[in-house]
Amino acid sequence: MFWQQLVNGLTVGSTYSLIALGYTLIFGVLGIINMAHGQIFIFGSLVGLVLMTSMQMPLGVALVASIVISAILGLILEYTALRPLRKKNVPHLASLISTIGFAILVEEAMHKIFGADSRAFPQSFGDKTFDLGVIQIRSVDLIILAIALILMFVLHFWIQKTKMGKAIRATAENTDTANILGINTNMVIIVTVMLASALGGVAGILIGMAYSALIPTMGMTLGFKGLAVLILGGVGSIPGAMVCGVLLGVIEVFTVAYGDSSYRDAVAFGLIIVILLLKPEGLFGRKA
Amino acid sequence: MKGFSLLKSLATISLGAVLMVGCSSGNSAAPAANGGSTPAQTPAAEGAGGEVTAQIGVVGFLSGSGAAYGEAQKAGLELALGELNEANKGKLKMELKFEDSGGEKEGAINAVNKLINQDNVVAIIGPTLSGEMFAAGPVANEAEVPIFGISNTSEGINDIGEYVFRNSLPESIAIPTAMKAAVEKKGIKKVALIYASNDDFSVNGYKVMKATAEKMGLEITGEATFSNGDVDFSAQLTKLKQTNPDALLVSALYKEGSMVVKKARELGITATILGGNGFNNPKVFEIAGPAADGLIVATPFSPEKQDDKVQAFVKAFEAKYNKKPDQFAAQAYDSLYIMSQSLLGAGKAEREELRNQLAQLKDFTGVSGKLSFDEKRNPIGDAVVVVAKDGKFVPFE
Repeated sequence: MFWQQLVNGLTVGSTYSLIALGYTLIFGVLGIINMAHGQIFIFGSLVGLVLMTSMQMPLGVALVASIVISAILGLILEYTALRPLRKKNVPHLASLISTIGFAILVEEAMHKIFGADSRAFPQSFGDKTFDLGVIQIRSVDLIILAIALILMFVLHFWIQKTKMGKAIRATAENTDTANILGINTNMVIIVTVMLASALGGVAGILIGMAYSALIPTMGMTLGFKGLAVLILGGVGSIPGAMVCGVLLGVIEVFTVAYGDSSYRDAVAFGLIIVILLLKPEGLFGRKA
Repeated sequence: MKGFSLLKSLATISLGAVLMVGCSSGNSAAPAANGGSTPAQTPAAEGAGGEVTAQIGVVGFLSGSGAAYGEAQKAGLELALGELNEANKGKLKMELKFEDSGGEKEGAINAVNKLINQDNVVAIIGPTLSGEMFAAGPVANEAEVPIFGISNTSEGINDIGEYVFRNSLPESIAIPTAMKAAVEKKGIKKVALIYASNDDFSVNGYKVMKATAEKMGLEITGEATFSNGDVDFSAQLTKLKQTNPDALLVSALYKEGSMVVKKARELGITATILGGNGFNNPKVFEIAGPAADGLIVATPFSPEKQDDKVQAFVKAFEAKYNKKPDQFAAQAYDSLYIMSQSLLGAGKAEREELRNQLAQLKDFTGVSGKLSFDEKRNPIGDAVVVVAKDGKFVPFE
C-alpha cells in the first residue's frame, strides 16, 4: 500500500506544484499574491472541457484553448486590476483586494456560463491501468507526472538561461532599476502574468484528468493549496514551489492513508505552521 | 490564509446579496398578491369568484455544487403547478415563489425568513438538504408556517416541530432495504464505509449503514471520511481497498459520491458498491460514466415502474423537459399534489388550517408511491431497490 499511496501523493502533489508556480511567478515579479489565479485557470480549463465534450475536439485542442483563455484572462487581470493601481503607486494590499474582486467576477461568470455542477471529463484515454505488482498506475497519472515535470524543467531553464528570463529576474530584483537599465518592465509584467495564467491553464486540464471532473468552485479550494505551497516553499522561489507542491500532496495522502481522513488538511497545514516557525522564509526562500 | 479567506467570503457575501436582489426582482412573476397590496397578516388573498389563491414558497438548492437536486425539484414542482392550476380552475390557484439556498444553512434560513415575512406564503416546500432543514425548519415552525420537506431523509426531521412535514422516505427505511437485498443476492459478508463527514445527510446515512451492518452481523473492515468539496479520494479508497471488503457503502451527495465510485473502480476495487439516497440522480451517470454500473441504491421512485400514474408523469415530464425525471422531481411533484389536496380540504389559504389538513393525510397515492404519516408525521412508504446499468437505474433482481 505504501507505494500505491506514494503514487497517489505524487500525482496530487504535481498538480499543486503547477498551481503554486503561477502564484510564485507573479509574486516574484510584482510582489503581490494573485488571488484570482485559481478562478482564472479553472475558467480556462472549463472552456477546454466544453470544447471536448460538446464539440468533440481532441484533448490537444482543449489544452491549447485552456492555455489561451487563461492567458487572456491573465491579460485582462493585468489591465483592469493590477496596472491601474500600480500607476497610482498604492500599497500592495490594494492590488490583493482588486484580485479578489476579479476572482469573484470570474467565479460568478463561470456559474452563469457553465452552471454550478461538476462537469465530467471524457474518458477516451487514460483509463488504462498498468499493474506493476505493488502498484497500479493509471496512464493518466503518468501523463500528469510527465507533463508537470517537463513544464517545470522548461520553465526553470527558460527563467535561468534566456534573455526574457533574465529580464524577468531583473524586474523581480528591482523594477525601477530594471526600467532604468532599459528593460521594458511593463512588457515583462504582461508576459509574466500571461505565462503564470497559461501554466494554470495546463494545470487545470491536468487536474480535470486526475480527478475526472472539473467544478467551478475548485478554483478556490485548489487555489488555497497553491498558496500554502507558495508559503511553504518560500515566496517567489520556483524550485520551492515545485518541490513543496509534491511534498504537500504526499503529506496529505499519507495523513489519510495512515491516520484519519478527517485530519487531511489539519496535518498538512499544521506542518506548514511548524516549518514556518523553524524556517520563516520557507524551505527554499531567501532570507530577507 | 485565514485573512484572505475571510476577506473573500465577506466579498462573496456582499456580491451574492447584490446578485440575489437582481434575481428576485427579475423572477417575481406574481402580479397582484405581492408586498404592499396584501394585508400583512393574511398569508394569501382570496381571489374573485370563490377562487382561492395560495402562495407557496419553495426553498431549493438551485445553485452550487448540488444544483442538480434543486433543478430537478423545480422542474417537478412546475410541472405539477401547471397541471393542478388547470385542473382546479375556479377553485384554487397556486403560485410558487422560488428561493435559492445555495445548499447553505444560512441561505436556507434567509430564504425561509423572506418567504414568511415578506412574501407571506401559506406554506413552504423544501429546503433540499437535511442539514438545511435542521437549520431553517425551526424558523418556520416558530412562525407557525407549515414547511414540507421533499428530500430530507435524515432521522429527526419531524422532531423539529408540529409544522414540519416530509414526503421523503427516511434513510432508515431506504438503506436497510437496499442492504438486505444486496446481502441476500450477492452473499456479502464484509463491508467498508466511506462518507462525507461535514454533511448532516451523509453522516446520517453512514450511521444507518453502520447500524444496519451491525444488526445483520456483517463485518466492518474499514471506515473513511472526506469532506464535501473534496476532489481527491484516492488515498481513502486505496486504504479501504487494502481491507478487501465484499461491498463498499457510500453515503454522499451525488457530486462527491459519483467521483468516489469512479475513483474506486479506477483503483481496481471490484466490490459491490451500495449508495444512499444522494445517488438518485441522473448526474451520477454523467460523472461516473460506465464506472456507475452495478451501483445499488434504494429509491421510492423509479421511472421504469409499470404503473399508469408513474408512466403518465414520466411522459409529461419528458415532453416538457426532454429528460427522464428522477426521485427528486417525483417527490417534488407529489408534494404539490399533497398541498393542493390539503388546501382544497381547508377551503382557504390559511396556515393553521393547512397544517391540520396535512396532518390528516392518509393513503395519498403519488408517483413516488403510497404515502401516509405516522403519529410523528414521519412518512410510511416502500422503497424499490434499483441497480445502475448502461446509464440508468433498473430494478435490482
